[in-house]
Amino acid sequence: MSAPSASPSPRLTRCLLLALLLGPAVAHAAGWDIDQLMRALAQIRSDHARFVEKKTIAMLDRPVESSGELFYSAPDHLEKRTIKPKPETMILDHGTLVIARGRQRRELQLQDYPELAAFIDSIRATLAGDRKALERSYRLSLEGTAEHWTLQLLPLAEQAVVKQIRIAGAGDAVRSIAITQADGDSSLMLIEPLAAP
Amino acid sequence: MTAVRVRRGPTAIILWLAFILACGVVVSRSQFTADLSAFLPKSPTPAQRLLLEQIRDGLASRLILVGIEGADAPTRAGLSRQIARRLRAESAFVSVDNGEPVNSERDRAYLFDHRYLLSPAVTPARFSADGLHAALADSIDLLASPGGLLMKSLLPRDPTGEMVKLLEQQEGGSRPKMVDGAWASKDGQRALLLLQTRASGADTDAQQAAMTAIRQAFAAAAAASPAATPAATLVMTGPGVFSVTSRETIKDQVGRLSIISVVLIATLLLLVYRSFSALALGFLPVISGALAGIAAVSLGFGEVHGITLGFGTALIGEAVDYSIYLFVQSERGGPDQQDWVARFWPTVRLGMLTSIAGFASLLLSGFPGLAQLGLYSMAGLVAAAAVTRFVLPHLLPANFRIHDVSAIGRVLSRLVRRAASLRWPAALLLLAACAVLFMHRADLWNDKISSLSPVSPADVALDARLRADLGAPDVRYLVVVSGADRESVLRASERVSAILQNEVDQGELAGFESPSRYLPSIATQRARQASLPAHAVLAARLAQAVRGLPVHARLFAPFLADVAAARHQPLLRAADLEHTSMAMALSALLIQRHGRWSALLPLTAARGVAIDADRMRAALRTMGTNGSKGANATIGPPDVLFVDMKAESDRLYSGYLHEAILLSLGGLAAIIALLLAVFRQPTRVARIIAPLAAAVVTVTAGLAVLGQQLIILHLVGLLLVVAVGSNYALFFDRVAPTEHGISPRTLASILFANLTTVAGFGLLAFSKVAILQAMGATVAPGVVLALIYAAIFARQADE
Repeated sequence: MSAPSASPSPRLTRCLLLALLLGPAVAHAAGWDIDQLMRALAQIRSDHARFVEKKTIAMLDRPVESSGELFYSAPDHLEKRTIKPKPETMILDHGTLVIARGRQRRELQLQDYPELAAFIDSIRATLAGDRKALERSYRLSLEGTAEHWTLQLLPLAEQAVVKQIRIAGAGDAVRSIAITQADGDSSLMLIEPLAAP
Repeated sequence: MTAVRVRRGPTAIILWLAFILACGVVVSRSQFTADLSAFLPKSPTPAQRLLLEQIRDGLASRLILVGIEGADAPTRAGLSRQIARRLRAESAFVSVDNGEPVNSERDRAYLFDHRYLLSPAVTPARFSADGLHAALADSIDLLASPGGLLMKSLLPRDPTGEMVKLLEQQEGGSRPKMVDGAWASKDGQRALLLLQTRASGADTDAQQAAMTAIRQAFAAAAAASPAATPAATLVMTGPGVFSVTSRETIKDQVGRLSIISVVLIATLLLLVYRSFSALALGFLPVISGALAGIAAVSLGFGEVHGITLGFGTALIGEAVDYSIYLFVQSERGGPDQQDWVARFWPTVRLGMLTSIAGFASLLLSGFPGLAQLGLYSMAGLVAAAAVTRFVLPHLLPANFRIHDVSAIGRVLSRLVRRAASLRWPAALLLLAACAVLFMHRADLWNDKISSLSPVSPADVALDARLRADLGAPDVRYLVVVSGADRESVLRASERVSAILQNEVDQGELAGFESPSRYLPSIATQRARQASLPAHAVLAARLAQAVRGLPVHARLFAPFLADVAAARHQPLLRAADLEHTSMAMALSALLIQRHGRWSALLPLTAARGVAIDADRMRAALRTMGTNGSKGANATIGPPDVLFVDMKAESDRLYSGYLHEAILLSLGGLAAIIALLLAVFRQPTRVARIIAPLAAAVVTVTAGLAVLGQQLIILHLVGLLLVVAVGSNYALFFDRVAPTEHGISPRTLASILFANLTTVAGFGLLAFSKVAILQAMGATVAPGVVLALIYAAIFARQADE
């Protein structure tokens, strides 16, 4: 209601402030899309992170928590080393999944286990920036900015075990993976980068 | 044939014709085989008999490994699925596995419905409050793990995770990876199928039919997917496939070699005789001998091995000698055949008898294959000689004459007279040969049974490749448990399994199979059933067990119901496995034969770790002591045997090789005894034997120098050298001191006989079948040397 000429409008001031704060990021955001995210992710050749995973299972009274480390090496080697509550290693390599628990070691072909594949390959494909692989099973949508993005995966198949996967990250780093299953059980994995090994 | 003049002995001719007819009937009904088992010993210990039965028709013998190569991965997988669908409809195959989940529903149902009878984890302690708490905690941990997703739905019914245990056991062996819905090799370049035939591997005809069915299924599948049809190829391997291809190779070789050798010998004889009727008549003893040989083997053994026929081919060159002696040594003109009978027949007969004395020793051999060769030779040589002596003279036309060979004979005479001057060089050569033999005395013999295999190295390599791809058991190491009844054998298998599991846990083994895994003993099933508490007791313990865990006891109502049912579940019997893929495993691993039960526990070596046989034996020995202290020792402990199939069969073979060497020496002794009985002059006998012994030593040394290790068939060859060479030596010996050396005619006949023998056996030396090649490479040079040595060391007229 005040005269527009007297001082800069508050809206413009906010914009300027934001521009100053965010710097070049805003310029990025102008063209921010799934392709760009995928390209950024594909740049990462290897990664090492700590994770904490919380699973909410209807059968259980309280969520079960596990933690450990993740190793990734592009494009199709992913290791999840759970340290707590029980040591367990899961290694995905070229479509072969090895799960080692104590002295037991199971080797499976991921394509034999579509339920597992939905979980694991979605993560691998995201880390690899493999849009084609993701789009074979999911409809993709991206929200947010380059510094705070969320990629949502919705399965194309009607009868999928997974209802929804939401992967959040900043820049080329994945920060969390939330999976909701069709039966209502869910899991949330928080990821904290460590120095690459 | 109007010129045929039957003078005397129509009886002989009629008898001969009847004999030929009878032989023809027997031969036409004969069974021909080509599997290697004829060259396996036949009467070992009971445990070894089991081993040989395994080789002949055990699980391993029934496997056919199939690979599809070329084209692209989806096409290969598609072909694999279509072939599998076709073959599953055929009764010739017990199982057709390409990774498709055909039986998996039924398999899972069997395991899940009987989990409390099957799981080795079911013990009273596990169903105590503490045991349940620990098992539940484990299962909850598993839920949190990546693999837990697969188990989530099972938790209310199977909170102690028995199904997970059983599945882990099943998946113990390494499986090929899946590419596009079918098994593929590690490099992904080949689709794989594993078939088990209903017929045993020793049933070569059935194996051949199975191979044809596979080829047809492939052709039909390829025709249905024309996209990549020309690029895709089919490869097969396995013991049955080996039998079939060996038989084809041997059949092919024998067929070709016999044609070539007949043509070669006929050409040679035609050059000498310049008479077609002489040629035709000359082959009569050969044909009679061959028929008699096959008929005798067929009657004596019930079947004729392809190798025996191959050997028979070579023997043509030997049997034709008799008619050569008759034709060439007879003076020209009709009545002289009777003269030949009087003058030469005793020598020929003695030569034949020495041959038979030599071959008779083979009849005693534990190797059916070797005994077949012995019988074939004896029957063949007797028939050929008898026909030459009693029938042939009556069939000769009145004006029968062959080309005059005196000119050749005279040349030979001159050579022979000068041969004596070679005595010193020959002695030196012999000395050198002895030195070579002495140097090679340790590695002269090849005592590996694989040395007999007619399978080509390329096929062996393909077999190794497909086996590695499939993770198929090579069934080299087995634990064999045998006993009086199924129950005791299963119980012993369970104790052996416990020991083997310990070795698996320590990384000494990758895994093992056991029939008790699919069908536990009644005692064990009862014990497991008894471990399950009554409903109320279990409910109370469960309520206690869930304390401190994030679950409610009420979640496990289905578990309580399942356990209550399992307590009164009928115990498992073999019939319950029907229509699961485990039925096949059980029938292969648990065998009843000759009123005894045997369980087989094949071991799989850990990657990069060879199985330590001594360690396994030692571990199993501990069982003997622990086992007898067990609850029930009344039945008596079943025999537990750790078997290294390869070492065992090599050991058996080398045992029989030594036996064959002894038998051959026995044959040599029989020959010497025969000659001593006839001549009663040791020096004369020594003179006859010397060139033969020299030939044997020289040939053996030659083979050693060329790097050929001797196998059992070389030995047969050496025996033949002695048998054939004895004829030559006897002819050189029969010269009366008053005569001017051996007659030119006789010399010519010996040379022709020698050439035909060399032609017959020389061809074998080029055979691709190792067993035939060994004989050829020994006999051909051996008989030449025997002739040369006989000439060199012959008694000279002026001595």
